[in-house]
Amino acid sequence: MEKVIIGKKLGMTQIFNEEGKLVPVTVVEAGPCKVVQVKNEVTDGYNSIQLGYGKVKEKKVTKPLKGHFDKNEIEYTKMLKEFRVADAGEFAVGQDITVSVFENGDQIDISGISKGKGFAGVIKRHNQTRGPMSHGSKYHRGVGSLGASSSPSRVFKGKKLPGQMGNVNVTVQNLQIVKVDADRNLLLIKGAVPGIRGSVVTIKATVKK
Amino acid sequence: MNILREIEREQLKQDVPVFNVGDTVKVHVKVVEGKRERIQIFEGVVLKRQNGGIRETFTVRKISSGVGVERTFPLHSPRIDKIEVTRKGKIRRAKLFYLRDRIGKAAKIKERM
Repeated sequence: MEKVIIGKKLGMTQIFNEEGKLVPVTVVEAGPCKVVQVKNEVTDGYNSIQLGYGKVKEKKVTKPLKGHFDKNEIEYTKMLKEFRVADAGEFAVGQDITVSVFENGDQIDISGISKGKGFAGVIKRHNQTRGPMSHGSKYHRGVGSLGASSSPSRVFKGKKLPGQMGNVNVTVQNLQIVKVDADRNLLLIKGAVPGIRGSVVTIKATVKK
Repeated sequence: MNILREIEREQLKQDVPVFNVGDTVKVHVKVVEGKRERIQIFEGVVLKRQNGGIRETFTVRKISSGVGVERTFPLHSPRIDKIEVTRKGKIRRAKLFYLRDRIGKAAKIKERM
């Protein structure tokens, strides 16, 4: 059974581990999620499960979505997310997924929408270095050369330039779960997690093994 | 935010003695040597106390064979067995960094009665 869950980032703190070392952790309130739909090879051509997470007022749910939930008499949720699984037969519609699918020490991948930085220059966005600020220099924080001249007579694709930074989906791989708190639906994950406090994150068992 | 506070509160030690900057303390530290665990005592003057809650740390300074040694401990660390206050100091600063420039009698702190 795949280990997947949707959660909310609460913020960072520190805890002492068994060795007595102080570990920086991100606290994520995850689940409980309901399995809203199970897709399999026969009906949909691929195996996946759809999880619902978060409370929502009934009037906020659109009619088509209501039909989707009502079909299996599942409580309305704020969001739906689909996860590919190897065998959909292990999951049943209406099943609850809680943090207890994870164990202490599990390695996970976690994705979320990163903090938006707005329109950023190349120094902030691509870690380029600036020129001298004085001694007659006129090259301060700008973009440098865009490339050679008449050959190739164009700017190569992927040239690092200023633009929107952040506010994109980011996945951090191979983070460790320090502690699973099943009573309060909490996961304590070592290190930083993308996004602002209160943002939604999805957690999966890591692809790196 | 409340859940974060709760997580921090659960880990706070309840039996931390009252001690201040300038006090002389004996810190009993658990040291692992191979597989054996023993307790090492680090005695010196508390130079500073920083931060709060689970992040609170304190720095102890001592002179070891003529060389000044400073060690910073997290106050609520499970590696600290206990803290003993051996002498209370009379001080007029929150941080006693001036002790670093002094040797011998000049680095002495008056006792608070």
